[in-house]
Amino acid sequence: MQCPKCRAPMHTYNRNGVQIEQCSGCRGIFLDYGELESLTRLESQWSQQAAPPPPAAPQAYPAAPQPAWGAPHGGHHGGHHYGHHRNKGFGRMLFSS
Amino acid sequence: MTAIPLLPELTARAEGIAHTRTPACSCEASGTLADRPDGTVVRHADTVAKAHAPDADATELTRRLALASRHPDVLLPPLDSVPADLHGRLVTFWPYGSPVDPDDPDAAPWEAVGTLLALLHRTPVPEAAPVMRGPLKAARAVAGLRAVGDHPAVAPVRDAWVTLPAWARAEAPMPQPAALCHGDLHLGQLVRTPGASWRLIDVDDLGAGTPAWDLGRPAAWFACGLLAPQEWGRFLDAYRAAGGPALDAAEDPWAVLDVPARALTVQTAARTVTKAVADGRPLDEVDHALIDACRRIAAVPAELAHESTK
Repeated sequence: MQCPKCRAPMHTYNRNGVQIEQCSGCRGIFLDYGELESLTRLESQWSQQAAPPPPAAPQAYPAAPQPAWGAPHGGHHGGHHYGHHRNKGFGRMLFSS
Repeated sequence: MTAIPLLPELTARAEGIAHTRTPACSCEASGTLADRPDGTVVRHADTVAKAHAPDADATELTRRLALASRHPDVLLPPLDSVPADLHGRLVTFWPYGSPVDPDDPDAAPWEAVGTLLALLHRTPVPEAAPVMRGPLKAARAVAGLRAVGDHPAVAPVRDAWVTLPAWARAEAPMPQPAALCHGDLHLGQLVRTPGASWRLIDVDDLGAGTPAWDLGRPAAWFACGLLAPQEWGRFLDAYRAAGGPALDAAEDPWAVLDVPARALTVQTAARTVTKAVADGRPLDEVDHALIDACRRIAAVPAELAHESTK
């Protein structure tokens, strides 16, 4: 088969089960009927496999920085915990050495 | 050795000073404010007398009184510049000030705490300043666990203690640069006198040291879940707004606060466990919040940034 553009000979390649004719001169590609759809289908399968993870759930509020060993504070991790400590701990713990 | 009746004599001394200051004294609102092994405090009307710890050093205490007299905008100034002697105990006299209300968490003056610490830390450190005693107090609290014996809360507290660098355990000098530090900050260390705003009291641990230590106790409360993020933020913002040097240029305050907050969590846990066992009281959820924090501290290595500070 000759290239319809530059008349150089075309070579047949197989790419993932799709027959592709490529011109040895101008590197142009000729697709048979249905081959473009086959390539499109293959492309969409590939991008599904390599899809990035879904974005992380947004934080309810900007958390104050704290050390790695800090207790969970309010909001998403056991908010009742803190208020409890505050009421019981304030007079005793915040007023002594 | 005969036990000396300290309390009645201290009370009489306070009354004597109060009547010198105010001959027509109402003698109202008088009594004992604190009576502990490391200090006894009594009040007579507008005058307070404090008998310091039996091992208090007269020279160092005199220097600390001088610092309080020199900075009356930050520290409550004493009535006398030298301590008196009462049967071998050093005694100092002070104007009475209203304390922070321990029953009203919403009224806690977090802005004042942050601002006063910043002002104190910005004060020039005199050459003869004593050393701030915070790490020493922490080490003593941990040593006090010996009295507790075999109790399941002791191991986590000791495991957390050994994560600390030597300076935080009072086994090496504190990192430079030093600032004038309070050394034992908590909400019982602020009073308000008539016509004045809040001032810091209790000079026993005052001296040259690492200023982050003074931020360490509020940081420990926050990290243990005893202080809300909002209140912690008010304290920190006030400290920064008043130019407090401990967090200078620190993008993440925890690079500076990690070690002091660990140390003060351990100290507080050691004290509360020791006291609960001595009193025969079972540990409650607040004690457990501190002990749980000690477990987490032991599981995470301390920031090394502070140790490499020159």
